[in-house]
Amino acid sequence: MTDQTNPSVTTATPTARPRAASGGMLGLTKKDSTLMLIVFALVMLAPFILNPFPEGSAMAQFNAGYPDLMQRFVIFGIFAIGFNILFGLTGYLSFGHAAFLGVGSYAAIWSMKLVTLNVIPGIVMAIVIAGAFTLVVGFISLRRSGIYFSILTLAFAQMSYALAYSVLTPITGGETGLQIKNTDSPLFGGPTDGSIGRANLFGAEMGNSYELAVGSWLFTFNLGYYIAGVALLVAFYLSIRIFRSPFGIMLRAVKSNQQRMNYTGLTPKRYTLSAFVISGMYAGLAGGLMVAMDTQVGPERMFWTASGEVVIMTILGGAGTLMGPILGAGFIKYMENIVSKINKDILHEWFAFLPDGAEDVMVSIVYPFIGKGWHLTLGILFMLVVIFLPGGLVEGGQRIANKFRRNKTDG
Amino acid sequence: MGILTVKGVNKRFGGLQALGDVNLDVAENTCHAIIGPNGAGKSTLLNVLVGKLIPDSGSVVFDGQSVLGRQPHEINQMGISRVFQTPEIFADLTVMENMLIPCFAKRDGAFRMHAIQSTRHEGDMIEKAESMLDEVGMLDKRDMTASSMSRGDKRRLEMAMCLVQDPRLLLLDEPTAGMARADTENTIELLKTIRRERGITMAIIEHDMNVVFSLAERITVLAQGTPLVEDTPDNIKGHPKVREAYLGEAQV
Repeated sequence: MTDQTNPSVTTATPTARPRAASGGMLGLTKKDSTLMLIVFALVMLAPFILNPFPEGSAMAQFNAGYPDLMQRFVIFGIFAIGFNILFGLTGYLSFGHAAFLGVGSYAAIWSMKLVTLNVIPGIVMAIVIAGAFTLVVGFISLRRSGIYFSILTLAFAQMSYALAYSVLTPITGGETGLQIKNTDSPLFGGPTDGSIGRANLFGAEMGNSYELAVGSWLFTFNLGYYIAGVALLVAFYLSIRIFRSPFGIMLRAVKSNQQRMNYTGLTPKRYTLSAFVISGMYAGLAGGLMVAMDTQVGPERMFWTASGEVVIMTILGGAGTLMGPILGAGFIKYMENIVSKINKDILHEWFAFLPDGAEDVMVSIVYPFIGKGWHLTLGILFMLVVIFLPGGLVEGGQRIANKFRRNKTDG
Repeated sequence: MGILTVKGVNKRFGGLQALGDVNLDVAENTCHAIIGPNGAGKSTLLNVLVGKLIPDSGSVVFDGQSVLGRQPHEINQMGISRVFQTPEIFADLTVMENMLIPCFAKRDGAFRMHAIQSTRHEGDMIEKAESMLDEVGMLDKRDMTASSMSRGDKRRLEMAMCLVQDPRLLLLDEPTAGMARADTENTIELLKTIRRERGITMAIIEHDMNVVFSLAERITVLAQGTPLVEDTPDNIKGHPKVREAYLGEAQV
């Protein structure tokens, strides 16, 4: 958290450096511009970065550069960035954010079923409807703070899940959820030949990919991924702006001392509600993108474990930091999709160099932590981070960087 | 009639009459102290003034407007700032951010979605905050996290946060409670300077007679929720009723 405590306020004396925007771009300080550029590069080059191992090699299973997973990285990154605006800045821990993501998804799929298969209106609808829903939930939940606020949001999310699962079946499709069907006839530009419509951007389908083979490496550039990636960049940029704005200071003031805020002529509740709605709109964007990438939605998307996941992502990466949520989301999605696929046979291959007895021992020691046991690994890592690195992975990175810096000056 | 007028205020907590028919008149550009033994109702009165408590009856008028039924933030926007017994600051934020918050509150009101503007482009506000920090001698601490400062500095910061809003009335709740001798002296000096240079009207609740007699121009003595006397410090010192109710305690 330390590096984020607004260095900008403290450096620019207006008389000495009027409008000290020099060095940065898009109205950001130099440091924030660097951060923005790093994220930009990561998003744009992800198909390369995440596919470092050649096809068919033993390490190829650690490649994460396939469209489906890359899309999940950025979508959950957006979800966590938004959650962090609420939790990281105001300290209000919502346990119901998956509901807002789910509402966004339902809004997007209805937009595609009824209006157009173009993803832009769908995503816009997702943001708007999720924002409106968050406003209602926030207005009620923010009557309480602390644990009671968390419980209220959890209750709302579970109610939403239960409603989507049963009573609201005409709108949500119940247990089976909603898909685009060949019977759907959107107002604009649906398929005329009776085939199932596909999500597109002005005709270009989300599933479109360009594959680049270099030697035995294969890199996939997927249109859907890049659309989600651009959304992440916008979401991240806005989050930097919010962190560095007077509004951002007010949100941190909410976390620090609401009593002082009241006696300073401010209404902490309205600031918190705004942060809540903004983070709900981020969740809606994530939900809308999910539908744009894969045109289906089910109620399990709103289940409370999904709400818990974004909490863990944010804390693991570093709550209240800019990069933390992205790192946390990437880390957890990588583990969920890659570590979980390692099985016993692969372990035997890895430890084949050991004598037979030792090989079996090693395999049985490691086995509980991989495959279906990846949750165990994640749980242990999460505990270690909370105990030793309260600032999350970002703090870990900073400590390592500081160590290097110190060694440099010592040497 | 003064800037703050309290008339016939009553407040009961169950069987306890915390405030009984309190009348108070704080004249503009004076320092008015409210003293009294423990349980005299000083804090209750203060909480009524800032909107934290609503009295059972009576009226509180500030600058021609009733404050009763208004929220604390509305009362602050009317021009009343409060310094707490234990400094209430934004401990996790830097000193500069602590100063900017009241500046924004004064300019933008109770709420504004200034989410895209950059704080470092708020030149006027930064300048205002800096000159106030300079005035209380804390400019060199502007980048410190507020929680890492000494108690005396936190008190100083809290006062600066109140003063930067140019309040019409500054309420001080035992501003030197629990302070070391030197810090108390510093605080008295600071308050004197503020009184002299800014001419801010102050109402102060205080236990420490030294503080009261070096600052106050009028003193109201409360006992068991009712004002005993209101007079100048010199007259209060020798007043028999006051000796009985307040100073007498210690002599028996």
